[in-house]
Amino acid sequence: MVSLPLDIEKTAADDGRSVVLAKLRRGDAAFRWLTRAAAVSVLVILGAIFLSLIEGAAPAFRAFGLSFITTQSWNPVTEKFGGLAPIYGTVVTSALAMAFALPIGIGVAIFLTELCPPVLRRPIGIAIELLAGIPSIIYGIWGLFFFAPFLQETLQPALIGTFANVPILSNLFAGPPYGIGVLTASFILAIMVLPFITAVSRDVFETVPAVLKESAYGLGCTTTEVVRNVVIPYTRVGLVGGAMLALGRALGETMAVTFVIGNAHRISASILAPGTTISATIANEFTEAVGDLYSSSLIALGLVLFFITFIVLAGARLMLMKLELKSGT
Amino acid sequence: MALDKGRYSRRKRSNFVSNLLCWLSTGLGLGILAIILGTLMFKGFSGLSLQVFTQTTPPPGGEGGLVNAIVGSLIMTAIGVAIGTPLGVLAGTYLAEYGRHTRLAVVVRFINDILLSAPSIVTGLFVYTVMVAPMGHFSGFAGAVALALLVIPIVVRTTENMLLLVPGSLREAAIALGMPPSIMIRRIAYKAARAGIVTGVLLAVARVSGETAPLLFTALNNQFWSTNLNAPFSSLPVVIFQFALSPYADWQRLAWVGALIITLAVLALSVVARWLSSSRTAQ
Repeated sequence: MVSLPLDIEKTAADDGRSVVLAKLRRGDAAFRWLTRAAAVSVLVILGAIFLSLIEGAAPAFRAFGLSFITTQSWNPVTEKFGGLAPIYGTVVTSALAMAFALPIGIGVAIFLTELCPPVLRRPIGIAIELLAGIPSIIYGIWGLFFFAPFLQETLQPALIGTFANVPILSNLFAGPPYGIGVLTASFILAIMVLPFITAVSRDVFETVPAVLKESAYGLGCTTTEVVRNVVIPYTRVGLVGGAMLALGRALGETMAVTFVIGNAHRISASILAPGTTISATIANEFTEAVGDLYSSSLIALGLVLFFITFIVLAGARLMLMKLELKSGT
Repeated sequence: MALDKGRYSRRKRSNFVSNLLCWLSTGLGLGILAIILGTLMFKGFSGLSLQVFTQTTPPPGGEGGLVNAIVGSLIMTAIGVAIGTPLGVLAGTYLAEYGRHTRLAVVVRFINDILLSAPSIVTGLFVYTVMVAPMGHFSGFAGAVALALLVIPIVVRTTENMLLLVPGSLREAAIALGMPPSIMIRRIAYKAARAGIVTGVLLAVARVSGETAPLLFTALNNQFWSTNLNAPFSSLPVVIFQFALSPYADWQRLAWVGALIITLAVLALSVVARWLSSSRTAQ
């Protein structure tokens, strides 16, 4: 660039312009800096949550060490706390919920992408997306007043009666039918994540190129064979990612579970018995927790929950990112 | 070569069975969800009256409504969205405009997606330790901050997605006219993506207005009419939680009414958001 002598270039009009330009440049830098700071704040939030939980949980871990996650005594009076029962409850209810909801959710997704008459496809799809947005407390209150009594009178006595003389299953389905309990909580969780699983799996199924499916149909494959040999292998990574995303939701879900789990700090062999989960324990006890060690133990449970869900969700995102790379979007 | 009849009919049978299972699971899934909504409508509408919107939450056995809880929810949601939206929009802007391919953006995007489905009760614990414990009392403002933390990831995600839909040629045209990037973003990109960003905010409102867990130990609850944000604050989800688990029939009835109000509000918001975004794509 040729630079002219300053006294020639600099006129009164140019002076005004350079002021305006400098102002614009400053404004530009400020806005850029502002958006960058906002983006960094997302990282700060996550870091702050982790740090504050670690700090809050420190007294509990100092007092109990690793036995906090391996023992199940939960006694506010003697201040002995072990989180095994809620951790176990969280894992079991989520696992059962996924076992119920995954096949059904994927079934609905297959229905929507392969079998559904085109007229119904959009309405059902929209209905499912809307239902995915219903607050979890609605599922909880329905579970408490409608579903738990229903199970207490129908399914639970039937299960107890049927398996009473079968060696291992009789322990699994033992005890009086309370209505509320681990199994009921798992059902409610399953119902809650069902729309979510369906929506994600449907989106994933729709990434399959039509040509692939059409060529399989053209070879004479049945719908089942197309789904089993083309659609599912093609979308495997995405399906697993979606399932893990749903698992992350189920693990951290509070309200749908708190109503129907029964809040009992023990591990029973029977899945009909009341139990508890991490989030239900925190929701029920945190405001009433007296003493630093009690609060700290609850925060420590929160830390464990956050850690577990973080790993599951991170895994889910990595898998979905892989799928995005593959489909080239 | 004879046609293998047995194999043919076996394939047909297995296809029939698995298609039937798909139909059944759809029926089961939609059936359960219909039962839930049906129960909700039935129990909710039978308890609905004008009183619900004019009187405050009653003591056990007394007469009353939910007006303080409804207003409390509205105020806290409004503040939460007011705090979370600017931050979320700015962060989304960085991801889509300034730092689209930077390493920072990749990390922020990843962490944001995790925050999007992180357990909300942990957010409550966090706000408790950083706000409620130092201040020494529960407050409506702490509740609003907890909600804001849930709003941010949703708004970040939708803002980024919507800005990415804005055609690059629009940006280039603006830059070619000599617009600095910041003005291009504010005058051109935001304008083009406005409906989408508003949709994201509406979805965030819908999500947040039903959240209970983060409010349990930040805003707590308040039996009475109060608009003091520095004191325990009433909210609809927490009232539903408390009333539903109580042994009193009146309280349980009000819990159903509250549940119906929340569900209708959330569904209405989602429908509006969907309509907004579809009218955008139709243009």
